[in-house]
Amino acid sequence: MEGVFIQTLVSGLLIGFLYALIAVGLTMIFGMMEIVNFAHGDYLMIAMYFSYWFFVLFGMDPLYSLPAVTLLLFGLGILTYYLLIKPIINAPMLSQIFVTFGVLIFLRGLATFLWKVDYRMIPQTVLSGNIQLGDVYIGIPQLTAAAGAIICNGLLLWFLKKTRLGMALEAVSEDKEAARLMGINSDRMFALAWGIGIATVGVAGALLTSFYYVFPEVGANFGVITFVVVALGGFGSVTGAFAAGIIVGLVEVLSGFLIGPQFKFMFVLFLYLAVVLIRPQGLLGKK
Amino acid sequence: MLTIKNINTYYGQVHALKNVSLHLQEGEIVTLIGANGAGKTTLLNSISGIVPPKSGQILFSGEPIHELPPHGIVERGISQVPEGRQVFKPLSVEDNLELGAYLRCRKRDGKKEAKETMTMVFDLFPILMERRKQLAGTLSGGEQQMLAIGRALMAKPKIMLLDEPSMGLAPLVVQEIFRVIENLAREKKTTVLLVEQNARVALKTASRGYVLETGKVILDGDAADLMENRDVQRAYLGRDKKEIWER
Repeated sequence: MEGVFIQTLVSGLLIGFLYALIAVGLTMIFGMMEIVNFAHGDYLMIAMYFSYWFFVLFGMDPLYSLPAVTLLLFGLGILTYYLLIKPIINAPMLSQIFVTFGVLIFLRGLATFLWKVDYRMIPQTVLSGNIQLGDVYIGIPQLTAAAGAIICNGLLLWFLKKTRLGMALEAVSEDKEAARLMGINSDRMFALAWGIGIATVGVAGALLTSFYYVFPEVGANFGVITFVVVALGGFGSVTGAFAAGIIVGLVEVLSGFLIGPQFKFMFVLFLYLAVVLIRPQGLLGKK
Repeated sequence: MLTIKNINTYYGQVHALKNVSLHLQEGEIVTLIGANGAGKTTLLNSISGIVPPKSGQILFSGEPIHELPPHGIVERGISQVPEGRQVFKPLSVEDNLELGAYLRCRKRDGKKEAKETMTMVFDLFPILMERRKQLAGTLSGGEQQMLAIGRALMAKPKIMLLDEPSMGLAPLVVQEIFRVIENLAREKKTTVLLVEQNARVALKTASRGYVLETGKVILDGDAADLMENRDVQRAYLGRDKKEIWER
């Protein structure tokens, strides 16, 4: 019994790091320009398909194609900004919601059209296997994904806090007008935020493909969880998203273990309701 | 040095600046006084490119700049210290200053030169040196104002646009800040356009002044003359109240 409990905790922690990585991009984009990217989970889906096709067409393991997938998603993020987001940056919130929601529908439709609704999985990757620690089994793909998420989040934090470009991004997210008065090109910073925000999803997707099915709707579940994570961490807070990712991962597996797996998302969504009712700004969010 | 010719600026439907003309000569302090909503901040934001004018011209050393983006204008040498300081609160004092030199740091040797400018800023405001590791949000109002001025200076501007530097500050702090502004103009030959509601201090510091009312320049001239002007005294210096009352 005890072993199973620890096993549960560990898997919750591992998936939590990945949630954190997916959420960081969403929260960063929101922090910069107060636009909620409803299609965030679907960019994850696209990243997973990229990984999958790299494997099928070129025989590249998801781990090895990760840099390419990340770069492709970075480009996709920048393209999204200039093509779709820039024209509506000062538009009413409803128009902004329609645009990113439209992207969601478009990406899902596109994936269904091109690749059908089949569930696809890479049968054998370089990471397949388990390691055993006492009674606890840890899947190597999951462990790698968590490690990758930690590294990626760490790099992102370092970039934001320690580099000049990262500080310029923070300055724009703190006070757009003052940043422009310092000579910071806010437009370019917005594009960069989209690039980085979507690239982190690229990393997450590439890591996820090693142990998860790829299908057109895969973004739906992750998308919802990501919103819970971002709300809990505080919209716009990168460190908050990191902490919240772990909490959501733990809540998910613990409620699945203690109450029943069919209820696990219910408790994640309860958590969301609790945040909205009790502390709407989230753990570390600005008011 | 800076010439503004008949600019018209709109905020949406609101005609905020109506045919405003103004000029600045090198090394002088010029003040812009007027009530709330007269368009003073809009004028500064038009110069900075935040709210570009719909018509008219802004010339800097003879070159039109009214179609440049804000970063282009900072690059030419016009920096603004915005109303309410607008320092980057979650960043340290040092990081705030570094961001002020954002464009310069992209050039070769820019970083080294920016370090020198930072030393100069610390000489002007020693308190910022003491607090350089502190987050800007933890500073007092006066210190934040000094930081905002220091941050603008990091770009090594030829023209400084100051928006209400005295707002909400204790008289002693106001004195210190105005002493620095005077020094900048006298010793560093920085041209200053000073927007103020505190017309008395502003007119004492400046050599010339403009009076803005509902988007129009209604008066301009030497600061000393404006100080003596009946209308200015009545509207902005709070003298002569009795006469109005008696009438």
